[in-house]
Amino acid sequence: MIKSLLLVGVGGQGTILTSKILSEGLVQLGYDLKMSEIHGMAQRGGSVTTQIRYGEKVYSPCIGAGEADLLVAFEKVEAVRYLASLKKGGALIVNDHEIYSLPVLTGAAAYPENLGPRLAELVPGLKLLNANQIAAGLGNAKAQNVVILGLIVKTLGLEKHDWPGVIRQFVPEKLHGLNLAAFDKGLSA
Amino acid sequence: MKKLMTGNEALALGAWEAGCHLATGYPGTPSTEILENLSAYKEVHSQWAPNEKVALEVAAGGSAAGGRVICTMKVVGLNVAMDPLMTFAYMGVRGGLVVIVADDPGCSSSQTEQDNRLIAPLAKIPLIEPSDSQECKDFLKAAFEVSEKFDVPVLFRVTTRVCHSKSLVEVGRRREAPIRPYEKTGKYCSGPALSRVNHQRLEDMLPKLEEYSESSPLNRVEWGDKSVGVIASGISYQHAREVFGEKASYLKLGLTHRAPSRLIRDFAREVQKLYVIEENDPYLENTVKLLGVDCVGKARLPLVCDLSPEIIRAALLGEKPAPPYRIEASPPPRPPVLCAGCPHRSAFYAVSRLKNVVAANDIGCYTLGMAPPLNVTDTIVCMGAGISAGLGLERVLRLSGQNDKKVFGFIGDSTFFHSGITALIDAVWNKSNLAVCILDNRTTAMTGHQQHPGTGRTLRGEESVALDIEAIVKAVGVPPEQVRLVDAYDLAAVRGAVKEAADSEGVFVIISRAPCALIKEAQKQRAGMSCRIDPEKCQKCQSCLRIGCPAVVRRGETVSIDAQSCNGCGLCFQVCKFDAIGKEGGPK
Repeated sequence: MIKSLLLVGVGGQGTILTSKILSEGLVQLGYDLKMSEIHGMAQRGGSVTTQIRYGEKVYSPCIGAGEADLLVAFEKVEAVRYLASLKKGGALIVNDHEIYSLPVLTGAAAYPENLGPRLAELVPGLKLLNANQIAAGLGNAKAQNVVILGLIVKTLGLEKHDWPGVIRQFVPEKLHGLNLAAFDKGLSA
Repeated sequence: MKKLMTGNEALALGAWEAGCHLATGYPGTPSTEILENLSAYKEVHSQWAPNEKVALEVAAGGSAAGGRVICTMKVVGLNVAMDPLMTFAYMGVRGGLVVIVADDPGCSSSQTEQDNRLIAPLAKIPLIEPSDSQECKDFLKAAFEVSEKFDVPVLFRVTTRVCHSKSLVEVGRRREAPIRPYEKTGKYCSGPALSRVNHQRLEDMLPKLEEYSESSPLNRVEWGDKSVGVIASGISYQHAREVFGEKASYLKLGLTHRAPSRLIRDFAREVQKLYVIEENDPYLENTVKLLGVDCVGKARLPLVCDLSPEIIRAALLGEKPAPPYRIEASPPPRPPVLCAGCPHRSAFYAVSRLKNVVAANDIGCYTLGMAPPLNVTDTIVCMGAGISAGLGLERVLRLSGQNDKKVFGFIGDSTFFHSGITALIDAVWNKSNLAVCILDNRTTAMTGHQQHPGTGRTLRGEESVALDIEAIVKAVGVPPEQVRLVDAYDLAAVRGAVKEAADSEGVFVIISRAPCALIKEAQKQRAGMSCRIDPEKCQKCQSCLRIGCPAVVRRGETVSIDAQSCNGCGLCFQVCKFDAIGKEGGPK
C-alpha cells in the first residue's frame, strides 16, 4: 500500500524542512520513499509543493488529481489551489493563516473569504488550526511548520516513533526546545 | 548504509566514490546542488567557473592532463558550452570526463525546455540517463568508465524531477582513480587536418558503443505481462512503472546513445503493443522507428511539459477521473516577486517612473522586475542579453527615428561576469546610447547564493581576489564620467543616476549595490529593523504600493507594513510624500 502526502505552502514557510523531517522519520520506520519538491523561484514568495510517497516500493514521486491520502496546506488559499489532488476520503490539514500574494496586495486579485467553513463543509474531518498563533504562543511564530508536523504525524497514526530524535537531527540545537514544544502542540491539536 | 538523498546529492557522492579529481560548472537550477555538495568532499577539487563555456574548457584541460573530471550545468547552460563540447568530442579524453546537464521539462525555472538528449547524436558522444538517486550515483560511476573506454566525453542527462527528488541510496566508499601520467600526444590540438582524422575516429567508435550498449547493465529488460511493452528512460520509466505495474514489460534504458538496436528489436517482438514513454521530444521513439519497429509515443503523449503518471494514464489509457472535491473559489495567483527589502527594487522603481523607456532584462532575480506594478521589462533572452539585446533594441529604434525612447539594460553581478562583459564591450565599441544598470547584490542570488568572481571567495570558501565591477566597466572603455556607483537603498542617489543615464549619450553604467536581503550577514545586520506607517499621517495616496514590496499590505483603503517580512530597507519611507512612514529598530 503506497501512501501519498502533498504538502503545499508559500516560500519561506518551512514546508521543505517539514518534508525532510517527515521523510527521514518514515525511512527510519522502514518504508521505501520518494520525495519531490518544486522550489525553483519559490523563495521569492511563490507557491511551494512537496510530494512524499511511501510504502513497500515506490516508483514515481508524483501525485496526480484525486491521489493524495493527505493534503497539508501551510497557507489557507493553497488548500484551494491543490484541493483537486485530495483523494475521496483523504485527510485535509489547513493552517488557518493567510499570506497575501502581490496581486492581492496591490488589489489586482481578491483573497477568497470564509474559506475555513467552506472547506469544512466540503471535506468531512477537516483539521483547521492556526499554527502561527500556536507557535507565537510558544515564543516564535516561525515554528508553525513543526506544529503542523505534529498534526501530520498524529493524522498518519505514527506517534509511536521517536520524532523528537528526528527533529533534533534537522534543527539547530538552540531551537530544540521551541521545536519540540511546537511538535507536542501539533500532536495534541 | 542507505541514506535518503536528492539526485544532486547522489551525483556528488557518485563523483566522489568514482575518484573524481576536478569538478567545475556554473550554478543553474536544477543543477546547482551537485557542485555545492561535492565541495564538501576534500578529495575532489570543486570550483565554480564564470560561465559554462569556461567550465567545460577547464574540464577539457583537466581531462587531457589525466584527471577524472565532471562539469555541471543547467539545461540552457549547455548552449553556452556547445563550442568546447563539439570539439572536445573530437579530441577525446585522457581522464574520464562526464558533462552533467540538468534539463528542465516543464520549465520550472528555465527559459526553454529543450531536450538536450538530441545533442548526443549531434556531438557523437555517449548519453546516459538515470531515473532515481541510486542510479544517479551508480550510472555516474559507469559514465567515467564509458568515457575512458571509448575515449570521449559522456553527456549525462538528468531532469528536474531526478535532481530534486529524494530516494534511498546505498552509500559506498571512494575508490581512487590515479591521475594518468601526462603525455604530449598532439591528440588535443584540433587543427583541420587532425579534426578530419578525429571525426573518422568518432564514426568508428559509435558502432562499438552500440555493441557495448546491447549488453551494458545500464540497459535492462523487466518482464511482466507481454500484452504491453514500454520503452522508457529517466523519470519517465518511474512514471510508467507506476501506471502499468506488473501489467506490462519494460525495456528500461540508461545508455540511450547509442541505444541498443538488437535489444529493442528483440523486446518489440515479444510484446503485443509497444509504447515509448518520454518527456518532450520523440528521441527514443525516432530511434525505435528508424529500426522499422512500430510503436506509439508522441501520437498520444504531449510534446510540451513534464510527464506524470496522471498524464500518461489519460493519454494512453483514456483514464481521467474527476477530482472528488471541488470548491467554487479561485485562488489568487501567487507569482514569485522581488523579496521584501530586495536591493534590486530601487533601480526598477526609478526607471518605472520615467516615460518612454524600453528595457532589456536578463536572467536572475531581476527578471522579476517585469512583474506589476514595476513592469520594467521588454525582453528577456539569455545570460548577458540584458546588455546586448538592449544594444540591438537601441540601434534599431534609433535607425527608425524613435529617438524619444531611452533603452535601459538590466543585468546582475554574477551574470555580468558570465556574459555581460563582452556585451558591454560591444556597446562601447559600437557607440551605443544604452543605459546599463548592473544590479550588484554581491552574490548569485536566484540559485541560492553561490560565490562568483566578485565576491572574494571560491566555492570551497577560500579567500580570493574580488574582481571590481566598476574597474572592469571603466577598463572596457566606458568613460569614468559615465559611470555611477550608488547605494541601492539610497533612492535619491539611484533616481539621480537614472535621470543622468536617461539624459546621457553614449554608454552610461549605473552600478546599484547592496547585498541580497536574504544573505545571512545582511539578515543579521537588519534583524529587528522594519518600517511602520503612521495611520494618523497617512493620506492613503498609495504611492508606497507602487514599489511592489510584498511587505506593504493593502486592506481596503488602509495600507500597513508587515513587520515580520519587512527588513527596514526604507524604500517605502523614501517614496512617501507625507512623512507617514517611519523606521523602527536600528542596525545591530
